[in-house]
Formats: sequence, structure tokens, C-alpha cells
Amino acid sequence: MTAPERGRRIGIALWWDAIRRDRQARTGAMVLAVFAFIGIFGPLLVGDPQALVGIPLQPPSPHHLLGTTGQGQDVLAQLVVGTRVSLLIGFGVGFAVVLIGAIVGVTAGFYGGRIDAALSLLFNVFLVIPGLPLAIVIAAYLPTGSFTLALVLIVTGWAWNARVIRAQTLSLRQRDFVAAVIVTGESDVRIITSEILPMMTSLLVAQVIGSTIYAIGAQVGLEFLGLGDVSAVTWGTNLYWSQNDSALLTGAWWTFAPTGLCVALVGFGLSMLNSGFDEISNPRLQLERAWREHLEHRGMKASRSTPVVPEHD
Amino acid sequence: MTEPILTVRDLCVDYITDRGPVRAVDRVSLEIAPGEILGIAGESGSGKSTMAQALLRILPPPAVIAGGEVRHGGTDLLALSESELREMRWKRISMVFQSAMDALNPVLTVGEQIVDTLRAHSAMNPRQARERAAALLTRVGIPAAQLDAFAHQLSGGMRQRVGIAIALALEPSLVILDEPTTALDVIVEREILEQIRDLQSRLGFAVMFITHDLGRMLQFSDRVAVFYAARLVEIGPAAAMRRAPRHPYTQGLLRAFPSLHGESAGHESIGGAPPSLEHPPAGCRFHPRCPLAMDRCRVERPEVLEIEPGHSVACFAVT
Repeated sequence: MTAPERGRRIGIALWWDAIRRDRQARTGAMVLAVFAFIGIFGPLLVGDPQALVGIPLQPPSPHHLLGTTGQGQDVLAQLVVGTRVSLLIGFGVGFAVVLIGAIVGVTAGFYGGRIDAALSLLFNVFLVIPGLPLAIVIAAYLPTGSFTLALVLIVTGWAWNARVIRAQTLSLRQRDFVAAVIVTGESDVRIITSEILPMMTSLLVAQVIGSTIYAIGAQVGLEFLGLGDVSAVTWGTNLYWSQNDSALLTGAWWTFAPTGLCVALVGFGLSMLNSGFDEISNPRLQLERAWREHLEHRGMKASRSTPVVPEHD
Repeated sequence: MTEPILTVRDLCVDYITDRGPVRAVDRVSLEIAPGEILGIAGESGSGKSTMAQALLRILPPPAVIAGGEVRHGGTDLLALSESELREMRWKRISMVFQSAMDALNPVLTVGEQIVDTLRAHSAMNPRQARERAAALLTRVGIPAAQLDAFAHQLSGGMRQRVGIAIALALEPSLVILDEPTTALDVIVEREILEQIRDLQSRLGFAVMFITHDLGRMLQFSDRVAVFYAARLVEIGPAAAMRRAPRHPYTQGLLRAFPSLHGESAGHESIGGAPPSLEHPPAGCRFHPRCPLAMDRCRVERPEVLEIEPGHSVACFAVT
């Protein structure tokens, strides 16, 4: 067989390709790109979100596109400015918990023995502690603020990832190809970083995405309960103030619906994005894509049994 | 020849790659008679295993069957629906896989796996199925007490026997043995092949026996088909093939095979290497390595033609 150079994509190109070629991933990436744009440039385009710009609780109008809050602030400005903080915390926590989970999980799974026993005990303890109540308690004691909130979510969120990664490491460590590189005298670090972790790419990506969704949801939830810094402008505090102003009772839907929709849309975008990534850690699936396209081109669906595709039709 | 139990006509299998389809089985036609052992020989990548798995439609992606016909007792296997295929597999055609270790589930006992197979296809109650499983194990020479053993507690040979017992569980009319003894030593291999032969003569199923061990195959089979680079190059009675192979490739294979008896004339190898299926040579695929190659071989594909009853060859130099 000839060398696989031509068909092979690596690094950034591979990731880009994974997103570009999968329709769901493409949709997700576009949704997230819009939010990223809002998060980065949005605050420059709208006015001060705290400014009292009009009569309180005005419904959407050409002047205030999403109406005004109970304090008479512009809802659109608050939404846009809130996007930045909420996304930063969401992604920051998402990456951080997976990073910690990966370090702890891979170490426990790879070295086994006492190291595994100690680390397993640690994350099992964190697993039995109910996350959200602990988060509420910690958040209530520490000085309020976005950083505290992020810290709380990291402390309560990493253990599950560590556990899953440990299990996956245990399984991969048993594989013959890992045994083979141990025999060739590779260092532990190299075995972990170039043999074991790449096999888990799709798992890690799924975890980052799942953890980010969790972090955004939990953060908004905690802030809604008033456990964040209520003077900051984030999606969660928007909802807190909306509730504080009895928006549901007064029917002021525009004060909470846009924020809720944004939370849902970001979650949706992240979930969609996930579907493109299975291929990255499984080159075999890249081959299957050509096969699926070959079938779809002829109006057939991928089936469990070997499909029959006559050449001349 | 009686009515064949399996007829394959012009079967083509493609692997779909980024760079387009690669033909792994190219217009292969053959038949298997009831109760016959047909050996399929060929080197790695010659398409023999691919063909066998295509018959059961169990080739994983990116394979597609690109044409041809597979008939088994009046049904066209290539036209069956997913549920009909499920019904057909194992009940009518079963398979013994190359690696017995991987084909058995490590966390289920041998008995449970046989019982599962039986109950998936018939209305047996658990007790009947277990009795039948015990009978099947005894049939392949394993004490019924081993029903409760796990795969890791059995030797390689015993595991492969379990695989055979499971393949015979539903009394199929054709059993495909896909290199069943490759991972075993020669003594165990012979025992198992003798066992299959014995079971085959008692139960009357046909066997498609795939291996790259041509010598073993010539001993064991009634007829032998030789594959080269996705194509069938020669098919005929094992005795005739052993005595007088006609295709230059088969001749080369047999010459490369040292004989224990007779003159120590030495053996020779076939020069060169098998071609890439991505860019196969035009005409006869063996021509770059063939001592008899003619101009015609370089441009025109030789068809498989019968040279004497039951013995067919794809070679211009012979037909």
C-alpha cells in the first residue's frame, strides 16, 4: 500500500476539517461564532448597561429593541455585556475542570496502585458531595464575584471528568500498542501524551463541551439565586433582577426571555459542535465518511449490513 | 455436479476511500456443492476474506458490494433486508473467525454464549438450550463440564473448538472457516481440521475454508480456489491442483512450498511482490511477475475458463 500522506490531515487543519465537513458541527460553530463576536465586540457597540436610560419595564420598541428593566436600564445592553462574562466563565471553567480531571484521572489510571487509591478516594469524595448545594454554600461564604463563582464551579465539577478519564486510561493502558511502547523504552510522559491522550481526544472534547454547558447553566443558576455579585452585569444577574422585579407577575417577559434564549442557544451550539469531533481521534471514521457520502450520493443510507451498490444504475 | 448450495456470480466488492473506490474483490464467480469442502487460498490482501465476509454481508465500512449475485438455496443474498439477513446468518451460513479469543466474550461463560446463539434463533427454553449447548460441546470434543468455563480458562485450541461448536449450533448448510487455525500450532491445527472433516462427513454441511497455507488446504479440501490481487485465478479439484496446477501463480506457490518427501530439489520463490489494488496492473494482474507473460497479458484481462471438467483457469498461456 502507498503511504497515507495525502489523505491524512493533522493538527489545526484536522480540527477545522472536522467542523467544516459535518453539518451539525457547522451549525454549532456558526452559533458559537455569533456569540463569540457579541462577547468580544458587543460591549463596544452598546451603551453603558447600568445607565438608567428610560422608563422602567418598557416593552420592546424601536428605541429600546428589547425593552427596559425594572430599573429602567436597556435590556439589550445588559444582555450583550453579560455575554462576555458568562461565556468567559463558562469556557474557562469547562477547560479547567477537564484539565484537572485529565491530570488526576490519567495519573491515577496510568500509575495504579497507591497513587490510584489516593486519587480515587479524593475524587470519589468530591463525587458524593452534591455539587450545586456545595457550590451554594461555598459561594455564600467566599467574597462574591465572578472569580469566586468560577472557582466554586471548578472545585465541584472536576471529579466526574477525572473518574471517566481514569477508567478510559485503565482500558487504554491494557492495549497491546501501549505495552509495545513500554517495551521500546518510551518515557511515561511520552506514553501518556502521545499514546494515551490522543486516543481520548473525542472524549476530552465531549467533556470540555459538556462541562462548559454545565458551567454556564450552574453559573446562571447561582447568580439567579443571588449568590453572585449582583452589581455585575451577567446573564445570571439579569435573571436575578428580573425575578427581583417580579417580571413573571407583571408579564415583563422581555426582561428574562432573551437571556434564557441565549443560554439555551449557547448550549445548543456546543452540543451541535460535539458531533464533528468523533472523527478526530478515530481515523477509521474519516474513511467511513467517504463511504457514507458514496452511499448518500446514490440515495442510500448507511446500514449495518454491507450495502449493495451496483455500479451501473 | 449436483445443485450447488451457494452460487457466486461476478461478485465485486469495493472499499470506498477518500481517493475513490478500491476494488478488493473483482468479478469472482464460484460454486459450492452440498457437503463439499472448498478451499480458498491466496496471500494477504488477495480478497479471500473480504469475499467470505461479503457473502454474509458482514463487511464493516468502508466496504460496499459493487455488483454480482450470491445465491443460496434459491434466495439472492444480496437482495435480503436487514431482518432477513439476520435470519439467514448462522441458520444457513455460519462462520468461524480467525481469532477465537476475540470472537468469544471474556465476561460470559462458554455455555452462556452458545445458549445465547441458540435462543436468538429458536424458541428453546433455557434448559433445552443448555442441554443442546452441552451436546454441541461434546460434539467438538470438549467435556460438557466446560460449559461454565470462561474463554480465558481455555486453551487456544479449545477456544477455537468452542467457536466451531457455536458455528454448528443451528446446523447451517454452509460453514465459512476464516483462517480458523492461523493462531494455533500445527498439531492442534491438524486435530481441529480432522474434527471438522469428521463433523462434516457426519452432518453433511459444506465448508468454505480460507487459509494462506496452501499445503494444508490441498490436503483438507475437495476443491481449491486460488485468489490473486482481488481475482480468482484458478479453481479445481484439490487432487488435480496438487498434481498439475495450471496457472503460473499456483505453480509458483506450489514450487515455493517445500516437500517433506521426494527429491530435495529445493524450492523457489515468485519474484516481485503482489500489486497494489489501488493501482493494479492492466490486463492480467500477475503479468509483471509471470514467467509466461505475453503481450496480450499486458492489455487484456483473461477470463476464468474451464480447461477440463471442474478445473478452470484465468490465463492466456493455458487456455
